[in-house]
Amino acid sequence: MGSGPPGQPDQPQPGERDAWLAVSGRKQRRRRVVLADSKGRGRAMRTIIELEEQTSVGEKLVRDLINTQLRTAFLLGAGTLLVLCAMPALFLWVPAVSEVQLAGVRLPWIMLALLPFPAFYGIGYWFRRTAERHERDFVNMVDR
Amino acid sequence: MTKDLWSLTGVVVVAVVTFLLGFVGSRRANTTPDFLVARRAVPSTRNAAAISGEYLSAASFLGVAGLVLKDGIDALWYPIGFTAGYLALMLFVAAPLRRSGAYTLPDFAEARLGSAGLRHVCTFFVVCIGVLYLVPQLQSAGLTLNTITGLPAWLGGAVVTAIVVINVLGGGMRAITLVQAFQYWGKLFAIAAPTFILFTVFLAGPNTGAQRIDDGGLLRFTKDITFTTSEPVRVQVPEGMNLEVDGVVNGTAVDGMVLWNKGLYTLGAETTLSVRAGTAVPVVDGAPNTNESWLKPQQNGLSGLFETYSLIFATFLGTMGLPHVLVRFYTNPDGTAARRTALHVLYLLGLFYIFPTVLGVVSRQFLPQLLVTGKTDAAVLMLPNTMMPNLGGQILGAIVAAGAFAAFLSTSSGLVVSVAGVVSTDILPGKVRDFRWATVLTGAVAIGLALVLPRGDASLTVAMSFALAASTFCPMLVLGIWWRGLTWVGAVCGLVAGGGLVILSQITTVISSYTGHWAPSVASQPALVTVPVAFITMIVVSKGTSRRRPDDVSQILLRLHAPDPLGFIRDRDVARFGSVEERARLDAKHRGAGPYRPLA
Repeated sequence: MGSGPPGQPDQPQPGERDAWLAVSGRKQRRRRVVLADSKGRGRAMRTIIELEEQTSVGEKLVRDLINTQLRTAFLLGAGTLLVLCAMPALFLWVPAVSEVQLAGVRLPWIMLALLPFPAFYGIGYWFRRTAERHERDFVNMVDR
Repeated sequence: MTKDLWSLTGVVVVAVVTFLLGFVGSRRANTTPDFLVARRAVPSTRNAAAISGEYLSAASFLGVAGLVLKDGIDALWYPIGFTAGYLALMLFVAAPLRRSGAYTLPDFAEARLGSAGLRHVCTFFVVCIGVLYLVPQLQSAGLTLNTITGLPAWLGGAVVTAIVVINVLGGGMRAITLVQAFQYWGKLFAIAAPTFILFTVFLAGPNTGAQRIDDGGLLRFTKDITFTTSEPVRVQVPEGMNLEVDGVVNGTAVDGMVLWNKGLYTLGAETTLSVRAGTAVPVVDGAPNTNESWLKPQQNGLSGLFETYSLIFATFLGTMGLPHVLVRFYTNPDGTAARRTALHVLYLLGLFYIFPTVLGVVSRQFLPQLLVTGKTDAAVLMLPNTMMPNLGGQILGAIVAAGAFAAFLSTSSGLVVSVAGVVSTDILPGKVRDFRWATVLTGAVAIGLALVLPRGDASLTVAMSFALAASTFCPMLVLGIWWRGLTWVGAVCGLVAGGGLVILSQITTVISSYTGHWAPSVASQPALVTVPVAFITMIVVSKGTSRRRPDDVSQILLRLHAPDPLGFIRDRDVARFGSVEERARLDAKHRGAGPYRPLA
């Protein structure tokens, strides 16, 4: 603003030019993002930015995701721990269980040496599917 | 001598293959991210095999069968807990931990809570747990090599240390990934093949010297036998017996025939006993002495129940706090892969743990003398030659020996990498050269301690590492990942309270074991108390210091939990140690897939 020498009013100063280039550079970058809009990416981008900047909407979305995942993990974990802890108590207070035989092997040996491992895998498999479904739902919601 | 030769060949084959695979793996390792986290490019199935290979230490390969032989059905809680730990890890930690982009456990603590002080406390506990786990590995390696080949005990530890350090020097995590994955399958074969063959032998020949396991009475020697104790041991004699003794009993020297009455006897080291067939087996004090109590669960009343619960707690929650296990999860490409890795580990471990249980049961029929000497860890190694005193037994023995050696190698290499990674990035500047120095330093300290310290019970030390991990890192990880309110002050207080209590209880146990066994069982299995204490301390102190909450906690939790396709992962190792281009690529990737991020 009046800083240039008289007679060449439109010539920007070096500093101004840099600032202008920086602005245009940023503009170009932004335009590239907008161009990707053809598949509705722009709205997704906006939601992602909302997530990152933790606007009230973004904050709520993330909190919901975390709560859902935690609920699943906690229910499965607590359930497993409860069943595990119930077994020694059962053996202690209902000793008759130890007398039962299946195919010549006593029931507690089957319950402890064989059954837990497939059960753990089953629970893990279920959790993997559920957790990945929650994540897919979240992405779909953001990427609508 | 030929027997030694077979076993020695097995051990040498494992050592050579380990070397070669390490060499292949480390050919293209040259940057810090290579050494720390194998460039985060390990596919989930291979990573799962590597994790299982690393996790199945001697305590699993030899120890579980030994515990089943000694304690019976109650010992089965060890394999159950060791496996269930991965379920807990998968549920609460795996994916978010990988998404944090951290490269060590202390780095995660700093990334989440923004405190260098907390980072140092974590470093201390990582080194503590690492060394606590490593020293017994090296000591048992020496003892095992001594048992199977007759080489001096110090040599075994030294050989393991040398192989591991040289491998890790070459390529860090890159080098050991392939090695550990191979060693899982090696170990599975080395335990499965003998189990199938020996179990068939056991079923086929009812007259091979076995007695019915569900005979309600006492366990008896099935043939005349002479054996020697290696360390002082206290045994419980179930009924009067005649035997020949040469050595020290109850502090006095004895040589010749003696009559023992029902009661407790203390045997000195190098005491030789000769007993006749049909004599009731004296068992180490504390182990069940009748077939009935060995066969049936929970025969120790409420205190036994408490110990079982504490064990379940320590292993269920401790696995997710073991630094050398966690560091392998950082090598996955993203959070989903980390979760799938954990699932795969559940399957691989479940497959493995069937076999030591069977071997433990079978060895009770054939190796009752181990119940007297208390060296039940040797059961798996001795069983092939005892049951098949021919060439087949020798070859099976060699396979088992090779498997045991692989167990020492894979666990030790994982521990060395995780400790060296922490030392090089937190105490040294973190270049590749520093990693190599830290590796040498870790190896030297570990082998030094292994030679100097008295050999403790390997399973006790491992149990303590689990209790320590469950009472320190488990609460920090779980609260850090799922609760916004955690502050670094709360984390430090919880770590110190939980870790301090565990260390205190172990000191109490050791003192009490020298001065008359007065400590209650809570001291040897403290997890049921210390884990809740650590959790409560962290929560209460964090609530009291809520203004120390990091400002960017919402962004951090977003990064931990946002699904991978959204591209919020930002690898901290590349940001800190990567070349200029790698960092630029990281920025571009981050911006391209994720949100636009103004220069900050």
